[in-house]
Amino acid sequence: MSDQSNHTLVNVDGVEKMFHRGSEDIHVLADLHLKVPKGEFLALMGPSGSEKTTLLNMIAAIDRPTSGELLVMNENIFRFNDSQSARWRNEHVGYVFQTFNLIPVLTAFENVELPLLLTHLSASQRKTNTMAALTLVGIADRAKHKPNELSGGQAQRVAIARALVADPMLLVCDEPTGDLDRKSADDVLHLLQVLNREHGKSIVMVTHDPKAADFASRVLHMDKGALLEAGTRLQD
Amino acid sequence: MKYFPLIWATLWRKKTRTVFTLLSIVIAFLLFGVLETIDHAFSHPSGGVTGADKLVTTNKYSITLSLPFADAQQIRSVPGVAEATWISWFGGYYQEPKNFVFALPVDTDSYFNLHKGEFVVSDEHMQAYRNTRTGALANSALLKKFGWKIGDKIPLHSTIWTRKDDGSLDWTFDIVGSFSAKDPTQAGAQATTLLFHYELFDEGRSFGKGSVGWFEERVNDASQSAAISSRIDALFANSPNETKTQPANDFAMAFIKQLGDIGFVLRAILGAVFFTLLFLTGNTMMQSVRERIPELAVLKTLGFGDGRVLRLVLAESLLLCVIAAIIGLALSYAMLPIIKIALQGVELTPSALIPGIGVAVLLALIVGAAPALRAMRLNIVDALADKR
Repeated sequence: MSDQSNHTLVNVDGVEKMFHRGSEDIHVLADLHLKVPKGEFLALMGPSGSEKTTLLNMIAAIDRPTSGELLVMNENIFRFNDSQSARWRNEHVGYVFQTFNLIPVLTAFENVELPLLLTHLSASQRKTNTMAALTLVGIADRAKHKPNELSGGQAQRVAIARALVADPMLLVCDEPTGDLDRKSADDVLHLLQVLNREHGKSIVMVTHDPKAADFASRVLHMDKGALLEAGTRLQD
Repeated sequence: MKYFPLIWATLWRKKTRTVFTLLSIVIAFLLFGVLETIDHAFSHPSGGVTGADKLVTTNKYSITLSLPFADAQQIRSVPGVAEATWISWFGGYYQEPKNFVFALPVDTDSYFNLHKGEFVVSDEHMQAYRNTRTGALANSALLKKFGWKIGDKIPLHSTIWTRKDDGSLDWTFDIVGSFSAKDPTQAGAQATTLLFHYELFDEGRSFGKGSVGWFEERVNDASQSAAISSRIDALFANSPNETKTQPANDFAMAFIKQLGDIGFVLRAILGAVFFTLLFLTGNTMMQSVRERIPELAVLKTLGFGDGRVLRLVLAESLLLCVIAAIIGLALSYAMLPIIKIALQGVELTPSALIPGIGVAVLLALIVGAAPALRAMRLNIVDALADKR
């Protein structure tokens, strides 16, 4: 194995995605190539419909390409069956949604604990890890609160804690600040930056917001299912 | 167990809906418990004559038609018959029809000889009974129920037998003693029994003198019961009073079936209730899953596999149905004493409630199957698309 492959966390190689609508084939991603090194904080920008989220979902192993290869940690994740994909996501990927997607009937603690239920950890170990994740995102004091008792920024912190709790190598964030005010958004982005810089988490973040992208170590632009040249900025 | 908080919290997401669904299942299982217990009681009769060595001879064509008393001697002469006695249906109640009394005119010697070891009665009370023509032995539960005491004179109203002397249906007895069942399992069956002298009954009634309702026999060898039954019936073949001899339990069943096929009626009611419940609960479960499709997609994103999501939804359905069933069956258990009063003389047993849990599990699996499969087949990307 080469040094480069050791250094690369995500390797998107010739990935295509096609949908069938009636007799018509719609290509949404065409011959996509992308490498994300370990420890990188990558921002994917682009207008609505540029298929940023489609690419993100594939990296997170919740969607499959029509053709091409996608290696994460040198594993071709599309060779997995559904059950292996689920286990992979649980162990290696933390997903942060735009709308937080916390389970409303569970407390912050219970929401964060969810991925650990799938592990062999004991109840006390789960509690320790869950509280550690909540502390890391600075929301431990809200552990017993339900999502409707949290502000948007707090809810997104809980969601980040849930994404982190199983200690995945990769965080994928889909518009993590899309539903937040500027201050909360900056706090969340700062938190992601800390997780990247101080805790070594690799992050792939989809965003519309150029200010959010400024927190990333690299910014790529997508349009109509294709990655634009590095550094190319769309004129919105 | 680690998934319990998730399942429990999800179950109570819409409290009002869950409470109403729970209540409907509770009511269904309350009904199940009550009807199943009644059905069990009627299909496993333990009242009156019991045991494999007991036979009952009735009129071949109907147990409401009488037989001549004189047949007793011929029945006693059949080889293998150890004892024979005769009884008639008195159809009595105390003061009001709801106060049913299982009053039986019996021949003292042969009846107690045949049912040797089934009653606990003191020598003193037995002697008093033998010495008192109008005497009656009442079950101690019956004494307690109506507040009767030894020495009381009590009137019983017969629904059939008019008195020869005044044409009335009211008969008066002196309570001279009490008895109880030796076998505790028979206590309920004997709880409303009152025994009085056949001679008094036969001489006092205005019609039917010299006839009996049925004969009971005890045989020496239970394995010979079928052959002895045939021999008894052969004695009266082609006579004006042909007989039908059968094991005592079969007789009890036939007696009960005069009321109609209780089992069928009860099962039909339960079938209708549970059929309705399937749709009601199934629809609720389906709606519940439909409402949280994005959440189920989130669980899958976090690493919950298809099978685990299926099991979570099924577990939710199981929890709802089993909790409701336990409450419903517990309520029906609490109602047993009330039903017992309503169905006097019928023994009810809580063991009839046990299949209820099995029914609850089956119900849960049926109503949970469709939503669980839907949750399992959920495509994460499509499900999240509505709530990204």
